[in-house]
Amino acid sequence: MGEAILEEVVRSYRGRPEKLIAALLALQRHYGYLPEPALRTLAQELGVPLSKVYGVATFYAQFRLKPRGRHTVCVCLGTACHVRGSEQIFHALKRELGVEPGDTTADGRFTLEVVSCVGACSMAPVVVVDEETHGRLDPEKALALLKKY
Amino acid sequence: MERKMVTLVINGKEVTVPEGTTILEAARQAGIYIPTLCHDPELSPWGGCRLCIVEVRGWKELPAACITPVRHGMVVETESPAVRHARYTLIELLLANHPEDCLTCERTGSCALQDLAYRYGVRRTRFEGEKRNYPIEDSNPFIVRDMNKCILCGLCVRVCSEIMGKAVIDFAYRGVRTKITPPFELPLEKAGCVFCGNCIAVCPVGALFPKPMWGQGRHWEVKKVKTVCPYCGTGCSFYLVVKNDRVIGVQSCPEAPVNGRWLCVKGRFGFGFIHHRDRLKMPLIRDPFLFAKVTWPTALGRVARRLREVKEKYGPDAIGVLASARITNEEAYLLNKFARAVLGTNNIDHCARLCHAPTLVALREAFGSGAATNPLAEIPEADFILVIGSNTTETHPVAAIQIQKALRRGAVLAVIDPRRTEIASRAHYHLQLRPGTDIALLNAMAHVCLQENLWNQEFVIYRTENFAAFREAAMQYPPSLAAAITGVPEALIVEVARRYARAKNAVIIYTMGVTQHTCGTNNVYAIANLALLCGHVGRKGSGVLPLRGQNNVQGACDMGALPDYLPGYQAVTDPSLRAKFATAWGVEIPDHPGLTATEMFEAAAEGRIKALYIVGENPMVTEADTGLVKKALENLEFLVVQDIFLTETARFAHVVLPAASFAEKDGTFTNTERRIQRVRRAISPVGEAKPDWEIVTLLAREMGHPWDYSSPAAIMEEIAQLTPIYGGVSYERLEVEPEGIFWPCPHPEHPGTPILHQENFARGKGRFHPVHFAPPDEQPDKDYPFLLITGRYLTHYHSGTMTRRTPLGFYQETLLEMNPQDMAELGIKPRDRVLISSRHGVLKIEATPNSNLPRGVVFATFHDAENPINTLVGHRCDPRAKIPAFKGVAVRIEKAVR
Ligand code: SF4
Ligand code: SF4
Ligand code: SF4
Ligand code: FES
Ligand code: FES
Repeated sequence: MGEAILEEVVRSYRGRPEKLIAALLALQRHYGYLPEPALRTLAQELGVPLSKVYGVATFYAQFRLKPRGRHTVCVCLGTACHVRGSEQIFHALKRELGVEPGDTTADGRFTLEVVSCVGACSMAPVVVVDEETHGRLDPEKALALLKKY
Repeated sequence: MERKMVTLVINGKEVTVPEGTTILEAARQAGIYIPTLCHDPELSPWGGCRLCIVEVRGWKELPAACITPVRHGMVVETESPAVRHARYTLIELLLANHPEDCLTCERTGSCALQDLAYRYGVRRTRFEGEKRNYPIEDSNPFIVRDMNKCILCGLCVRVCSEIMGKAVIDFAYRGVRTKITPPFELPLEKAGCVFCGNCIAVCPVGALFPKPMWGQGRHWEVKKVKTVCPYCGTGCSFYLVVKNDRVIGVQSCPEAPVNGRWLCVKGRFGFGFIHHRDRLKMPLIRDPFLFAKVTWPTALGRVARRLREVKEKYGPDAIGVLASARITNEEAYLLNKFARAVLGTNNIDHCARLCHAPTLVALREAFGSGAATNPLAEIPEADFILVIGSNTTETHPVAAIQIQKALRRGAVLAVIDPRRTEIASRAHYHLQLRPGTDIALLNAMAHVCLQENLWNQEFVIYRTENFAAFREAAMQYPPSLAAAITGVPEALIVEVARRYARAKNAVIIYTMGVTQHTCGTNNVYAIANLALLCGHVGRKGSGVLPLRGQNNVQGACDMGALPDYLPGYQAVTDPSLRAKFATAWGVEIPDHPGLTATEMFEAAAEGRIKALYIVGENPMVTEADTGLVKKALENLEFLVVQDIFLTETARFAHVVLPAASFAEKDGTFTNTERRIQRVRRAISPVGEAKPDWEIVTLLAREMGHPWDYSSPAAIMEEIAQLTPIYGGVSYERLEVEPEGIFWPCPHPEHPGTPILHQENFARGKGRFHPVHFAPPDEQPDKDYPFLLITGRYLTHYHSGTMTRRTPLGFYQETLLEMNPQDMAELGIKPRDRVLISSRHGVLKIEATPNSNLPRGVVFATFHDAENPINTLVGHRCDPRAKIPAFKGVAVRIEKAVR
């Protein structure tokens, strides 16, 4: 199934390096991210160096190189959150989920992210899950939060 | 095309330049300095760093000089207060996220950023940038990447893609996270990097650094000596970086005539062998089983006595000399003189026998000279390039840079090779022929030119002979027949023939894929025929370039390390030439040609050759039919080997003489372009090693000949007197002509000859030689169903005695490369050990898949003494050139039971 889309993209853009972005968009639309093997194939078939493909894929914010979980857990490490102990929250979540920032749990449920300041400093420390902002957390509360998703 | 001239004023000075020139170029021509960080004259313009901004009267903004073309009447200020202020701020911004470790940075004192900060008085930055915190990448033995220091000038990115055609690295991410990286943050060695280090050569700061030089010394503590690379015949020059009489590194030398700043991994990183602990530091005598260290007088005395004894007992022709393609011209000349004048035999040869002997025979008979017709720098002037049997990116990497340059200028490239090599994959046309069928293909191309009237009639009529016979032969090869023989589609043959014939300028580049066959000489005739037919010889950008293998294989041939030629291709059979040398040397010269290298081993195995003097060659690994070579060496009554290491061959010697390496002596090398270049002594010889010229001189003296050469310069004087093509060469001239001298250069006032055969061919008229296809000797059959091709890797040189003693040892293994489908059919998995057998020998080796090989063809290199692939190659030779068929051995492959 995934192979079929790759084949189709390759067929329409073979030998046309200028179509790189269109091809990347098509792949991302299908997979939800850009898998490395697909990028390698694309590079070869379009005639674009892999380094350039990677450069473009990492330049535009809409492209992702890693699969996304169903939920994004985003820990704020901005100054305000930091002084109120967001570091501990971050470590607790990291341990619990067993992934590094940017990565997704094996069951595909959560992707862990970090940011600096989401503009909710008055509620610090803050964790944003999907679109929802949770404030005044401590490690325990943060872990409990995961259960809701 | 005359370009319109434009006049402008820079800093009050009037400057006139052609239209289209940038402000930067105009300023540089006028000797006015403008700082740059991201500009390089050999790379495409980018305009990213803005450091080159200038003020133009009447313009609101400060334009970047490197991308702004001049206009008539422009008034430019390069150091106005506004410009200085803007540059000051730019430098501050660069420093804002730059690590502050200049104290320990390897580039301190030779860093563009430091220099700019100094020049514009930037003591500290007002900006509090976030410092980057990338780990230092040094997982390979060649390049250290510290991206914290990177100023994102992008020069490395452009070198890698534009010059090397590799595009291993590029910009990734964005904003403050922007970084130069291989895809997916892979380490370089996993991203297809070939470690040419040319990115290091352009990096203005300490972000890229050669690992072997890390911590070895400050740049003001070292001495730099310009010399020539000891590996391949491309003949790149570079600086040897020396501290306390030790070579600590290699650095690009921008004035290098062949290569500029560009080098390959061997030249840049292959110097570690110089100080390797295995270097021979004392003469050795085998007594009777083990080697004992002895003094020079003892060793030389023994060699002289034994050679004299053999000569007295069996006559001079029982002795043979194997000279080297790695020693200097002066040394090769002395060895030729030693064989002919001291020993009294023409039995002298060297490994050119195994590479371009067919070229020497066939190109010489066709054109009058067996050497490349044009300089490499003219490759980009051609609009069509035909590469035959040359894995150029691996064997002559810096010559491949010229092909890449031609491609960027829009040239069309066709590659004839059974393997889909890297150069084949860059080509517009790849003719993937069956090994050994080149003649059918080349004749068919001639057929197309004749049939379609695309041949150059004027050239053929006025400048060639024997056309009728050739025409008749070629007309027997319609493309349909050639397609059946070669497996190359008919339409492709026709198309490539048309392209070649119609090109304004075309070059043919070829190497071992053409020569290492039992029909090697005929293959070269076929190439020469095609070039003559289309008139693509004797013009700028048009010619035939056999790329010579070793650093000085051209010179060793020039210097008479050949059984049939005295120096300068003066035939030993010609009485008047012999007389000239006899007078100069004070002895009679034997009148019959001697034995070739391949014949010497046969003769030794049969007991006709009793003593051999082998200098800087390792036939135990490089010759065909290793079994025969071993028998030959064991059979000898006396073997003396002169080398820098105790090679596989030296282990058989009775006396081993320790030679100095290229870094330890003066001399000249002649590269594949016929360019004679100066090799310079950078350090004293290690231990008690001596330069080969000194050893041969001492030996001649020991044998009663009063040679008194005081220096290589003195030897060159003698060469120039006796060798017309080198007649105008002298050390004084080479000192003031850093470009080197192209032979023929008959007298001191002669400028040298970069392009051969311009008005006339060296032999008068170019001669066609009708040739016919004959099926190769070794054909796959029921018992031996595969065809083995031997060759080289980029990272190693021949028997690997040097490269394997450097960081290049990083790439160690010789593997048998096979088509994956063939492997699957035989049930062989990657890294399985297989038993490979030919009619001449057997070997166990690990197999690895390579989908660029056609089915039925397997490939292995011969670098590795532990996997001596040449045991499989038979000693059947080309009848004229005596070269064995390294490129086509019928073999059987079985899964090895351990
Ligand atoms: S060493 Fe050569 S191939 Fe490797 S990244 Fe640098 S320029 Fe590219
Ligand atoms: S690594 Fe060096 S050459 Fe490459 S972009 Fe950075 S500073 Fe420029
Ligand atoms: S291309 Fe040849 S001469 Fe040039 S650096 Fe590499 S090995 Fe040396
Ligand atoms: S620092 Fe966390 S919300 Fe501002
Ligand atoms: S040198 Fe002109 S913009 Fe960098």
